[in-house]
Amino acid sequence: MKNWIHIALPKGRLGEKAYAMLKNSGYDCPALEDPGRKLIFENPEKGIRYFWVKPSDVAIYVERGAADLGIVGKDILLEYQPDVYELLDLRMGKCRMAVAGKKDFRDPVGQTLKVATKFPNITRSYYSGKCRDIDIIHLNGSIELAPILGLSHVIVDIVETGTTLRENDLMVYEEIVPISARLIANIASYQFKDTQINTIRERLQGQVERKYD
Amino acid sequence: MMDRIWKREEQAVFALRSLYSRYGYVPYKMSHFEEYELYVHNKDFLVSDQIITFSGEGGQLLALKPDVTLSIVKNAPQTPGVVQKVYYDENVYRDYREIRQAGLECVGDLGEYEISEVVMLAVQSLSLMQERFALNISHMGLISAVLDSCGLTEGEKKQAMDCLRGKNLHGLQELCRGNLPAWEKLRTLAACRGNGEAVLKQMESVLTTQEEKNALGELAQLWRILESGGWTESVRLDFSVSSDLGYYSGVVFRGYLEGIPASVLSGGQYDKLPRKMGRKSRAIGFAIYLDMLQQHSQEDIQDIDTLIVHDGSVDTVILAQAAAEAAKQGSVLVSTSIPKDRTWKQMKQFEKGAQVK
Repeated sequence: MKNWIHIALPKGRLGEKAYAMLKNSGYDCPALEDPGRKLIFENPEKGIRYFWVKPSDVAIYVERGAADLGIVGKDILLEYQPDVYELLDLRMGKCRMAVAGKKDFRDPVGQTLKVATKFPNITRSYYSGKCRDIDIIHLNGSIELAPILGLSHVIVDIVETGTTLRENDLMVYEEIVPISARLIANIASYQFKDTQINTIRERLQGQVERKYD
Repeated sequence: MMDRIWKREEQAVFALRSLYSRYGYVPYKMSHFEEYELYVHNKDFLVSDQIITFSGEGGQLLALKPDVTLSIVKNAPQTPGVVQKVYYDENVYRDYREIRQAGLECVGDLGEYEISEVVMLAVQSLSLMQERFALNISHMGLISAVLDSCGLTEGEKKQAMDCLRGKNLHGLQELCRGNLPAWEKLRTLAACRGNGEAVLKQMESVLTTQEEKNALGELAQLWRILESGGWTESVRLDFSVSSDLGYYSGVVFRGYLEGIPASVLSGGQYDKLPRKMGRKSRAIGFAIYLDMLQQHSQEDIQDIDTLIVHDGSVDTVILAQAAAEAAKQGSVLVSTSIPKDRTWKQMKQFEKGAQVK
């Protein structure tokens, strides 16, 4: 039986960039480059199978062993704390997790701070570190609207260039943590496919170092 | 036939019981519930803090047991030279689920032999369940000594433990920025993995304090014992294995079976637990998560050997004889219609009082 390696890629630009890196490392998959409605793409010669999943689901696929490897943002790892190996920082898809609010925002220190976010766990742990009493408003999108409409005082969200914030008269007040894409592995698969996984990791690391160091 | 009737986890339990008895372990049958207080005081020792509670006859709070170890250690022997060796196969309750768990505990006046015996039994347990398995061994005393020697704050130590657990070298590098000796040690700890001798040598070259060296010495001795018994083929030293420092003080280990996406065996030396309970004993043991075997077994219980279909017109005596005859050869199902959710190897049909096929 061939030891296939299953890789979960996040749909979107980050996943495409990650696939480009994997392709450069010798793990190309011509089927994946053909547009179509297929969900799983494989290159039997290389023993590799790719599939696209929602970015926030990558960690679940890997933790539960449906994928041996995955490419995922650090934000997702911090939020869901999956039990996986975090093998490499790909140093792409860089952005930061930050607290933002309206330009004229002043922290109502005497009151509970209302925070809108897609990342309740990161938010909770950040503010509990500051012993600040907060009320988390869990939203699934358009987080920037919340302070504008008075739903919350601030938001905790990913900030890439800051354009959306600027266009809506919002600004970053505090930076929580820098974010970038990571290569993660299922811990149990790693025990049996370590040679293959380490080769992929080393080749990707080589590319990261050539690019950034 | 027997293979088909016993589920994968039941077959495993059978083999494990026989193995543990051969080494002098006795079965331990416990009650289904315990006083809740026992778990509250040792919450961090438990895998999950979701405990199902209810009130007992006297109004005291009871819990459906989420764990077996605490109940065993509570009564651990304290007499010098006495060791209690037990094994169990019990249902435990976590996160509102009933989970079948087997395992063994060795508590009391432990020495080097007992510790190596338990690790060896962990290796053998895995090999009984599947040919392709892996056991990773680490040492909490070593991890703790290395972290102490690196000059990290308590918060940084916790982060370093998280990075070690995730084989996260970039995270460790970030944490040790400007602290080169710490980075050197932690990088080696996180990166070296594999066969005992190679790893021990690599670790030895970076360790500086006596505490670190003592812990490594224990690990080296354990490796020698396992190697002499021929048990090291599927065993690796890997310091990403770690458990709560508040309880675990020595060797810790996790076992994996190929095809099952999470660890099926977890254990270690947890001397600090009996100490917290005010008992002068040491303890080591492991648990096997049988539910993982059951979730990932391939067997198809829907398969039968012979299907007998009749329209009700045949003499029941003939039908009973046909069924008994088929049951001697294998499994049989008698039905008045063709079942949609079963598969069968052969089918016998009775219509209008006689067998037609």
